[in-house]
Amino acid sequence: MRISPHLKTLLIGSFWCGLLALPFMGVWNSIFLTAILLAGGIFLRAILSVGVYHKITSLIISKNLFVISNEVRNLKISPAGRNDRQGQLAIIGVILLLVVPLFLNNYYLDILTLALLYALLAVGLNVAVGLTGLLDLGYAGFYGIGAYTYALLSTRMGIPFWVGVPFGGIVAAFFGFLLGIITLRLRGDYLAIVTLGFVQIVYLVLNNWDTVTNGPNGILQIAQPTLGGFLLHQPIHFYYLALFFLAITVFIIYRLTQSQIGRALCAIREDSIAAEAMGIDTTRMKILAFSVGAGIAGIAGVFFAAKYTFVSPESFNFFESVRILTMVVLGGMGSLGGAILGAFLLTLLPEMLRGLELYRMLIFGATLVLMMIVRPQGLLGKKNAI
Amino acid sequence: MLLQQLVNGLTLGAVYALIALGYTMVYGILEMINFAHGEIYMIGSYLCIIFLGIFTALGLTESHLLLSLCLSAILSGITCAGYGLTMERIAYRPIRSAHRLSPLISALGVSIFLQNYVMLTQGSSDKVFPHLFSVQPIQAGNFPITSIQVSIISSSILLMAALNIFVQKTRLGMAMRAVAQDKMMASLCGIPIDKIIAVTFIIGSALAAIAGVMVSIYSGVTHFTIGYVAGIKAFTAAVLGGIGSIPGAMLGGILLGLTESLGAAYISSEFKDGFAFIILIFILIFRPTGLLGRRA
Repeated sequence: MRISPHLKTLLIGSFWCGLLALPFMGVWNSIFLTAILLAGGIFLRAILSVGVYHKITSLIISKNLFVISNEVRNLKISPAGRNDRQGQLAIIGVILLLVVPLFLNNYYLDILTLALLYALLAVGLNVAVGLTGLLDLGYAGFYGIGAYTYALLSTRMGIPFWVGVPFGGIVAAFFGFLLGIITLRLRGDYLAIVTLGFVQIVYLVLNNWDTVTNGPNGILQIAQPTLGGFLLHQPIHFYYLALFFLAITVFIIYRLTQSQIGRALCAIREDSIAAEAMGIDTTRMKILAFSVGAGIAGIAGVFFAAKYTFVSPESFNFFESVRILTMVVLGGMGSLGGAILGAFLLTLLPEMLRGLELYRMLIFGATLVLMMIVRPQGLLGKKNAI
Repeated sequence: MLLQQLVNGLTLGAVYALIALGYTMVYGILEMINFAHGEIYMIGSYLCIIFLGIFTALGLTESHLLLSLCLSAILSGITCAGYGLTMERIAYRPIRSAHRLSPLISALGVSIFLQNYVMLTQGSSDKVFPHLFSVQPIQAGNFPITSIQVSIISSSILLMAALNIFVQKTRLGMAMRAVAQDKMMASLCGIPIDKIIAVTFIIGSALAAIAGVMVSIYSGVTHFTIGYVAGIKAFTAAVLGGIGSIPGAMLGGILLGLTESLGAAYISSEFKDGFAFIILIFILIFRPTGLLGRRA
């Protein structure tokens, strides 16, 4: 009997993985794993060879062609055709976000608010990672700095929320600026490691500087925001507050991407040497992008502190950074809509798949790898975005 | 007190140096930070305990303690080499020519995956090393050092010397250096790039596994999160010595271990994990090529 090369690879691959897992999973579980890998591989292969896959892909491609031809037609008629279509989608999205919460109970409102908060963070991180190509792994550090800034200002000095917002943003942006000055002159890989160290240092400081941050116990009883003498305390208030912050941020970042600075940032991402040759002050631009991202994280942190009225170091560790980064990568680096989509997917999906809670991080990790191999530009990213 | 801290630092540094070698070798060849390298070290520390458990069940540990220790160390090294090889094949090889950010993110994914894989299969509590032997300090005059520390330091030195000879004298080592210098040119000369990169991952992972084994014997306990901090520290050691340079990684590891244990003793033990990052930031400001690194 002749074994096809695909089947052979599959057999070797599954047995190899089973063998590697043997010490960790025990005999029966690793046999089970091998069987699953084998069955999954054969299943995928069968789908591919039957031609279902080709049908699906051809369908998608023809649909895309249709869209493209429409776009070309629109281009002929009005150069702004494409923007119109995007604008329509955006308007529908905004209306949905405005109206839907009126019909939801508090549980769903809380989850949606969390999704909006993560969308805010993802949009901010996208400025550094997606637009400029700086891999910032310390984003949760800035988020934590913003949250603790407001927590301390509020509990020690009774400073109101609306003063805390710019304060939190500015303090976080200042730390971003400092870190940027140190590292951004160097090669990109070092930035990843230094930011990783930064989030760890922030965590250590928050956890150990008991006299100021109250250590692992965190800070309690942070003041909730008020609006013209009216205390915002219901979930729906926070939902609209988060939507308000997200809308303003998206507007500012959108204007930024359309400006000369935005184009300079993209040029740096694509080729920083070429960008420098074109007269772009790359170091200054990188520091700018980095600080803007950090500032947005700081504002998100202030919102977090005000919504939950409690902050502790555990909310701002490295894995929070990874979670936000996964959102940006999944949604599509460099794409505003992608960052928001990624944040919503990764906040809402785990809620729906409560049974898989334990496997969440495992799936996160595998998604990052798979995404880089199969579709490095993310769900909504442009082909040349990375 | 000072002597004691120096010895502790040296032991710690030897472990960092072994992990740092893997970072520096992979960086030298692929110009990529293999974030998941620390997880290989963590897996090594788990495997040692698991294999020792099997040997104890078989009754080998009671009759030949040293043999079963060595066997489980070797088996962990081999298994971890398998993990490293698989990691390279699945997560890094398909995107070798992609943008620089892609392999970094992919490596991060591998790291998270492996951590959670170990947590799910082995539980999230500490894994305790079986109590097999009592540790007596060897009294050499006034010099307090345990037999475990002696064996950790001496076996690290042996491994590093062996690696140096391998890279400098053998044909395979020469091929590795050629690939590190210029991949295109090396492949034109008939060097199989893919195989050399795979060998690099195998050696790096085996060394990290040995480091993990030594740590689980030394500290008597392991946990699925140890790879993350140890990985960053080892990377700091690699940068301190000059990334891409093998003697640099050794020097950097030892220096970092000494700084950390002296810093924890005389400055603050709570911020022990912070010293590595502060050192890293200072090197990056003042001497980004590291102590023994080539000028870029």
